[in-house]
Amino acid sequence: MAVKRSRGASIAIGSLGWIIALWIFFPLFWMFLTGFKSEVDAIATPPHLFFRPTLVSYAEVFERANYWHFALNTVLISVGATFVAILLSIPAAYAMAFLPGKRTKGTLLWMLSTRMLPPVGVLVPIYLIARDTHLLDTVVGLAIVDMLTNLPITVWMLYTFFREVPLPILEAGRMDGANRWQEITVVLLPLAVPGIASTALLSMILCWNEAFWSLNLTSSQAAPLTAFIASFSSPEGLFFGKLSAASTLAVAPILIFGWFSQKQLVRGLTFGAVK
Amino acid sequence: MDATTMTTAPPPVRAGSTSGRKSGILLLSPAVVLLLVWSIVPLLLTLWYSFRNYNLVDPTMHGFAGFSNYWYLLTDPDFLEALRNTALLVVGVLVISVGGGTLLAVLYDQEFFGRGIARVLVISPFFVMPTVSALLWKNLMLHPIYGVYAWMMRSVGLTPIDWLQRFPMATVMMIVAWEWLPFAVLILLTAVQSLDTEQREAALLDGAGPVARFRHIILPHLSRAITVVVMIETIYLLTIFAEIMVTTAGGPGVASTNLAYMIYARALLQFDVGGASAGGVIAIVIANIVAMFLVRAVARNLEA
Amino acid sequence: MATVELKNIRKTYISEEIIKGVSLTIEDGEFVVFVGPSGCGKSTLLRMIAGLEDITDGDLLIDGRRVNDVGPADRGLAMVFQSYALYPHMNVYQNMEFALKLAKMPEAERRGKIEAVAKTLQLEPYLKHKPGQLSGGQRQRVAIGRAIVRNPKVFLFDEPLSNLDAALRGQMRVELATLHRRLEATTIYVTHDQIEAMTMADKIVVLQKGIIEQVGSPLELYHHPRNLFVARFIGAPPMNLLQAHVIAADEQGTRVKLVTGQSVTVAVEPRADLVGTSVTLGIRPEHVRLGTSDVNPGQGVVLLAEHLGALTHLHVRISDGHDIIIQTEGGDALTADAPVAFSFPPEHCHLFDQNGVAMPRKARRSLAA
Ligand SMILES: Nc1ncnc2c1ncn2[C@@H]1O[C@H](COP(=O)(O)OP(=O)(O)O)[C@@H](O)[C@H]1O
Ligand SMILES: [Mg+2]
Repeated sequence: MAVKRSRGASIAIGSLGWIIALWIFFPLFWMFLTGFKSEVDAIATPPHLFFRPTLVSYAEVFERANYWHFALNTVLISVGATFVAILLSIPAAYAMAFLPGKRTKGTLLWMLSTRMLPPVGVLVPIYLIARDTHLLDTVVGLAIVDMLTNLPITVWMLYTFFREVPLPILEAGRMDGANRWQEITVVLLPLAVPGIASTALLSMILCWNEAFWSLNLTSSQAAPLTAFIASFSSPEGLFFGKLSAASTLAVAPILIFGWFSQKQLVRGLTFGAVK
Repeated sequence: MDATTMTTAPPPVRAGSTSGRKSGILLLSPAVVLLLVWSIVPLLLTLWYSFRNYNLVDPTMHGFAGFSNYWYLLTDPDFLEALRNTALLVVGVLVISVGGGTLLAVLYDQEFFGRGIARVLVISPFFVMPTVSALLWKNLMLHPIYGVYAWMMRSVGLTPIDWLQRFPMATVMMIVAWEWLPFAVLILLTAVQSLDTEQREAALLDGAGPVARFRHIILPHLSRAITVVVMIETIYLLTIFAEIMVTTAGGPGVASTNLAYMIYARALLQFDVGGASAGGVIAIVIANIVAMFLVRAVARNLEA
Repeated sequence: MATVELKNIRKTYISEEIIKGVSLTIEDGEFVVFVGPSGCGKSTLLRMIAGLEDITDGDLLIDGRRVNDVGPADRGLAMVFQSYALYPHMNVYQNMEFALKLAKMPEAERRGKIEAVAKTLQLEPYLKHKPGQLSGGQRQRVAIGRAIVRNPKVFLFDEPLSNLDAALRGQMRVELATLHRRLEATTIYVTHDQIEAMTMADKIVVLQKGIIEQVGSPLELYHHPRNLFVARFIGAPPMNLLQAHVIAADEQGTRVKLVTGQSVTVAVEPRADLVGTSVTLGIRPEHVRLGTSDVNPGQGVVLLAEHLGALTHLHVRISDGHDIIIQTEGGDALTADAPVAFSFPPEHCHLFDQNGVAMPRKARRSLAA
């Protein structure tokens, strides 16, 4: 709030802001640092803030597990699931935003409520279906599941964005002779690019970090980074250097991605609750 | 009469034509049909299995089980513990993240040196995958011997605590809160910033102190954003899984087992599909009850 | 070019009837204005003509052909929206080109058309600009240009000027009227502003709550409002309305006594059955005469004098709780609390029966068309 306040108060607020920020961020900072330590340095007490950085841990991680295999799976699954989810969401959100009927609101809420069903409730049948359709431990299988899990959220987000597009612009298109397809592709979509971008961003992040289905539906072939990192838990957990290096590798891409896209992201995440 | 100065409200979204409504249904159907299948088929299967004797590794177990899977589950003290832990986790994390998030949103709305960077640091944990968060906290931070927190306790003369052993549920809750607090800050900060300057200035001119401003201006303004945070977080918190699996594996005993983890353990560790499915059905029932309340809140949000 | 005919058009949303049977004929080249208070259904009617809204019941004919089931683009209409509804991601040229492109017009022909229109609308320097870089007036012109290039049979406007400031609005009013004279295209124009209606229309359609109250030329509505609603809606400041009692009705006209004690004989068709009942007398502010008079002299006190320069609007309290507005060309000396004398020239008075329907004048004013 733009309030004039004393210099002392300013400094106090600034310090508090920074202390809390650093405290919250510290685990990630420490992870990054520890990744460059030798295993001895990593578990030294008192912890070393200054040390001779080494790439030993990274080298060992790459040697032990094929990072690129997991990373590629993650990228394929996230991009694939996001792409299909957006593709399905655009017509649905268009219909709800611009051709609303009596049941539109109900449909929207129902979609959201499917998202509230705990995956664990349907773990067994999904697992068995995936097994029987040979989609278990495949990129396609996990991408489908991720896509379906995120679909209610992407539809909802796009719906909020589309509702911000003034209807008269679409109607002007109709008057100008655009058919439904042209109205969506030539008039609406170019206007909604920022909204589609933030929806895609969120979907990417959710897929990247999805753990439940990743851990239960994949084992080796299609295992994404979530599984890669889980394999570094106990008993190897005590190798802090390796663990940190692997963790850094798993989160760095999406973290940097998130930093740059936070403004975009938040616009969609508020579901229209913040104008 | 100078009607020209009258402001005209934007036209409401109009339900164009009947042909429009038909193509509306057509455009909607792919997503709706997929979600219907996705939400109904596994549900029915779960329901079916929950009344069967079905063990993945014991083929001698088969046939109709009646309510025995449910009976077995509902009378299992572990189940009640899991239920309690689920509720604890959801409520605890919601309280921490919404309460803390609101305060931090107001804090990071203030001007100070390097505010932009501080904000980015605060929201970072949201982008970190649950398995990594859990591993980081379990090992680098909270390890009873090598963890940073152990070292800090020792350096002030205290005996380090094995957090995950001594306070498993509280510790898991703390880790999960660390992941979700940034989300709340992200949303609520945007909401605080959207408070228009005129309203703030009017409050200042009215002589409202910081506390009064917070209570009467900021909090009411945040209510919609808070609804959204509660909704989204609840969806995820009800199904927390990876953090528990990585840190405590539900232990010691079942001290940190929630419903999600319990069903997982039944199904994929004990191969008891029938029992796990009964748990799944119960989880779905609970989620539906929660969802009912949430959806109501969101529906109100939609009106506005 | 085109005639438009509405035959008992109705519109129902869910269960609420918004347009309750509108019949209207619009001649070729006519400039017709739909006017009425907000929410009376003007836009709905226009959008039904445009094809953006289903017609619940009735027939819509363009050039004699029923077009109820024809899509908006195929009706040969162009519409200018209140918010302009320009495509924000296209520049001015592309905005105007869009419809032509969809109609598969060859590139060279498109270019020729757009350049010609841009020239008339003085948009040439802005063809490469995006709508966001233009002022309100320029955007308005682009919206009009986008309609003109399509060479439509009928132009539809939905409150096109209401987002402009007063000065620009006046200027655009003149431009639109000039443009219409030049193009001679049938035009349907929606506004809630009676000044726009009066200044531009060949024919005004006054709507209220989904029904037509009156159709006529601006001066006809001004001089011969069919009922209280039209009387109040047309003219600014609005017509003064006073309660009156009919005391006699004969060949001379109808004699009424006002609450102020004045009595006026108005030359309307006499209706003996109304003697003794109460009616409403209406007189426009510009027709009230200041100064003492033999016929129906009245007294009052100035509450407020609005000096507009050439004109003065006097808000005068004539009796307890009854105020009238008097418009006068002089009156510079009058200020609040000054006593004034006035009279109501009978030839300018209107009478409305208990149902608010105007009692027909004996002599209709000749309307210079
Ligand atoms: N899609 C709709 N659903 C229900 N009522 C509507 C809809 N669109 C308009 N209306 C109602 O129809 C009436 C007329 O609206 P409109 O034609 O926009 O009025 P105007 O343009 O004269 O201000 C209003 O009362 C409005 O609330
Ligand atoms: Mg309107």
